Amino acid sequence: MDSVLLSRMLFGTSMAFHIIFATLGVGVTLMIFFAEILHWIKKDRDYGVMAKRWTKGFAILLGVAIPSGTIVGVMLSLLWPGFMEIVGKVIAVPFQIEIFAFFLEAVFMSIYVYAADRLSNVMRIVSVAFVAFGASSSAFLINIAHSWMNTPRGFDVVDGAITDIDPWAAVLNPSMAVTSKHVLATAYMTGAFVLVSIAAFRLLRKTSSGQERAYHKKGLMLALVIALLASLYTATNGHSTAGMLHEEMPLKLAAAEGLFETQANAPLAIMGIPDVEAEAVVGGIEIPGMLSWLATGSSDGVVQGLNDFPQDEWPPLFVHTLFNLMVGIGFSLIGIAVLALGWAIVFRRRNLPTWLLVVLVTTGPLSMLGIEFGWIFSCVGRQPWTIYGFQLTSSAATNSGNVGILFFLFISLYIMLLVMTGLVLRYYFARNPVYKDLQAPQGEAF
Amino acid sequence: MTEPYVAILIIWVFLFVYAIAGAIDFGAGFWAMYYSKKETNATILANRYLTPSWEVTNVFLVLLVIAIVGFFPGAAFYMGTLMILPFSFVLILIAIRSAFMVFSFIVKKYTKLLVYISGITGLLIPALMIAILPMAIGGFIGGTGERQYILFDQLFTSPTLYTHIGFGLTTELFLSALLLSDYARESGSEETYAVYRKNAIILGPITLFFAITALLTLIPQAPWMVETMIDIWYLFALSLVAAAIGYSALWWPSKKQKPGRARVAVIFTVLQFGLASFGYGYSHMPYILYPELTVFDAFTDPTMFRWLLYGYAGGLALLVPAFVIFWRLFMKDKKYLQAESGEGNGY
Repeated sequence: MDSVLLSRMLFGTSMAFHIIFATLGVGVTLMIFFAEILHWIKKDRDYGVMAKRWTKGFAILLGVAIPSGTIVGVMLSLLWPGFMEIVGKVIAVPFQIEIFAFFLEAVFMSIYVYAADRLSNVMRIVSVAFVAFGASSSAFLINIAHSWMNTPRGFDVVDGAITDIDPWAAVLNPSMAVTSKHVLATAYMTGAFVLVSIAAFRLLRKTSSGQERAYHKKGLMLALVIALLASLYTATNGHSTAGMLHEEMPLKLAAAEGLFETQANAPLAIMGIPDVEAEAVVGGIEIPGMLSWLATGSSDGVVQGLNDFPQDEWPPLFVHTLFNLMVGIGFSLIGIAVLALGWAIVFRRRNLPTWLLVVLVTTGPLSMLGIEFGWIFSCVGRQPWTIYGFQLTSSAATNSGNVGILFFLFISLYIMLLVMTGLVLRYYFARNPVYKDLQAPQGEAF
Repeated sequence: MTEPYVAILIIWVFLFVYAIAGAIDFGAGFWAMYYSKKETNATILANRYLTPSWEVTNVFLVLLVIAIVGFFPGAAFYMGTLMILPFSFVLILIAIRSAFMVFSFIVKKYTKLLVYISGITGLLIPALMIAILPMAIGGFIGGTGERQYILFDQLFTSPTLYTHIGFGLTTELFLSALLLSDYARESGSEETYAVYRKNAIILGPITLFFAITALLTLIPQAPWMVETMIDIWYLFALSLVAAAIGYSALWWPSKKQKPGRARVAVIFTVLQFGLASFGYGYSHMPYILYPELTVFDAFTDPTMFRWLLYGYAGGLALLVPAFVIFWRLFMKDKKYLQAESGEGNGY
């Protein structure tokens, strides 16, 4: 294998690993913030216990999030020196400010976790607000660089040299706003759904006491409300993303939809496999005019097809499947959240039925899968480019001959960290069941 | 001063802060391991220092890498080709260390394992990092153009590598012993103070010995650096004076039980290290990697440079207050410092 493919494999795996922890870092800190707020407003101790236990879980994840973030940050320069050379000249500012956001998160996280017993209630909320703000800003700033890779602006290439640099045009590139909202909303949604899963899993246990059930139900409801709001927002934002792709990256849209011929009244293909020979999606369901409507706002709108572009610039066509899975998961999650919340409101006095709880347990893992599919879609869908239209992935990569051995070493590291994280989470929460916290004398929750 | 020099000065400041913070952080890990078998507070104290501070130290490493790529994008190519192996090993070790740092805080049964992991990585990580310095002074790079590589056989048989590593490790242990003795004083533990003071007394002369041999091995390896070093001899002389003051402060009379002013010793040793590392860096100019790459070749676009400066100014304005709170909670608060057990910190 050549060093380009190995670099892609190593970096892709590292990102896929890091994104789990980064997403939860953004989503769960927001949830802790809400739990602290509810604790403060309602004076209900359950929410204090909730914030404490979520923080414990988050602190464990942070033990992997910080080093994995360090790894991808440094690895960018190691594996993609050609890319970072242009990044350094054109879009270095968000990377640099991101470090400060990360600093803010790390400093206040240390304060919130290690000095909790010495902080007043208000200071505790202020610290956790800074943690959540730092985490979200980090995600937002890093995503600016990602959006710039898709819709690069703010520079020109003349005879291989970078000229006419305008850092602000690079930051305010056309896809920046829409993808940043998408990344943040889906992170909030995933953080909330993971907590939905955990609460639903606990509610499935028949042995828990009434007090424990009440605690888990409060957690479930809080997480469901946030999850629903974030996923509804994601759906409307997904629509704007289609419009942005239509304007800026028509080739990516065509690959995502498996659309070969440029046409008005373009159909939306759901599932199926794009077949290059037949120039059509085979085995899917087509909704006439729907793609035109999504992309242009009118079913008469013309959507460009793959055939408008040279075939050597096409991304791999399996991105159609990734795209469908991402969207399908998103809509299923909205449906589940609406159903569960509706049920809870209509049958207020009764418990949620077992089958519904089982369905709710799947939402966290599903949501995380959606995130992974989305990232893979976005980055594979940009191939063969690293900076769309400017730099090919092959000219961005390192030419070091050592990437193979590094791939092996890093994969072993990730597997070890995943196993360890699982063990530590299990060990801690088995040793510290929720009833202990609930029954602890007042004031000892923290 | 031209723009590339302003940029490299900022990088030097970051590198200096990280070197000091990292030396203390990694050194504390080593001391915690060294004293883990004996009945002393030295381990608990080292761990209490480490618990809240390693995250902040770690962020400085990322800041340093991002600053290098931001100010000197031309250096990215060399990082990604020549330096990929040492950097990757450092990353893997840091990942293991950080993860266990957190895991052992949550699950007490890992504490023993952590003590060994942070002790061993506390020596390996700085040794690998300092090994990058001799690679940058030239003479160890083979191949041409796109296909360059490090001549490991020549590197590993070069005395420069070992004097640098020896210097890096003794400095790390010396600095961390000094800081921990100061930290022990602040915590009111005179007994632990005596333990770390003794270590500092032993390590001081050894550090000086390695500093001088590292300079001597530069003479055949990098004559171009030595020329500038002779020009700025006064910086190194001042550094020696600071070292002498700092070291002697360990015997200055004090109002406490045991002699020595740990705070003065820390400040002057840091100052000494600052002067010497500035002299070393200054003599390295204009090369980032001799003779391939100068700060001028690698420098970013001037427009970007200006925006980066604004960014650092804004970021620091935001962070300094956060640091003040952090410092007061973990380095100054008597309630935290004097907690009986190693886990006197909430949850």
